[in-house]
Amino acid sequence: MPTAGVDPAKLDPASAGWLGCLEDSAVDHEGCLARLHELMTRVARREMGRRAHQIAVSGRELDDLAVQSAGDAMLAVLAKLDQFRGESRFTTWVYKFVMLEVSAKVARHQWQHHAPGRTEVDWEVLPDRMGLGPEEHAVQRELVSEVARAVDEDLTDYQRRVFVAVLIDGVPLEAVAVGLGVSRNTVYKALFDARRKVRAALVEHGQLGQGEGRPA
Amino acid sequence: MSDWTRVEHFLHTDPADVGCDEAMAVLEVYAELTHADPRSARARYPGIAVHLSQCGPCAEDLAGILRALVADAADES
Repeated sequence: MPTAGVDPAKLDPASAGWLGCLEDSAVDHEGCLARLHELMTRVARREMGRRAHQIAVSGRELDDLAVQSAGDAMLAVLAKLDQFRGESRFTTWVYKFVMLEVSAKVARHQWQHHAPGRTEVDWEVLPDRMGLGPEEHAVQRELVSEVARAVDEDLTDYQRRVFVAVLIDGVPLEAVAVGLGVSRNTVYKALFDARRKVRAALVEHGQLGQGEGRPA
Repeated sequence: MSDWTRVEHFLHTDPADVGCDEAMAVLEVYAELTHADPRSARARYPGIAVHLSQCGPCAEDLAGILRALVADAADES
């Protein structure tokens, strides 16, 4: 197990205590691991419970996901102890790993159960996705048509795939990342660039102004 | 909110957005700052603040850490 890459003397007492007992040579090493696992499991259970509605899972299955999240987060923490810089309390750093694992488990479940099953794009849902009201149908049709054109012609295949999955099909961003086998950041960046390009196309064709809102 | 504003919101991007990787690198620091004083967290890390206002998954992870910190504070008091 790597040792922490920070001087314990510069840490708060509780964080220094954790790092001390996580040393392989610590007298209470096994007890320390058990306490850390207990803490991470408690936090994972609470967080998974809060996100249960996102995956419509409950009971034993939900608890299994929480326990798996805590276990995987614990492995990550122990493997990356040398990356703890002491800029936060040790437990806060640990909670980040719990949240990442809970997010990953939720996203994997979402992708397994809600991955888009069709290949054609349902542009009819776009006004609803954009939160547009029922009025101004002609304007909406023009907008939808221009967005569809920009998505087809101005985006790369990858950007198009991400734009449609997240913004049209409504698949959660992290579930799309799981489905594509890439990081959250990769999908976010592709979506960022896609939004920027589609907006630029709407400005160029007069549907949006350079600044905010309706063109002058 | 007008329809045009909704379209703007739907396609909104902010060049100050640092992305998920940079936000994740300091999320625990940002969480503790936010727990103590949200305004100072935003002032110290403006690009992270922008990202967290735009990225649902990262904002959700921050919220989870904050809930854990609140629980810790309750246990300590």
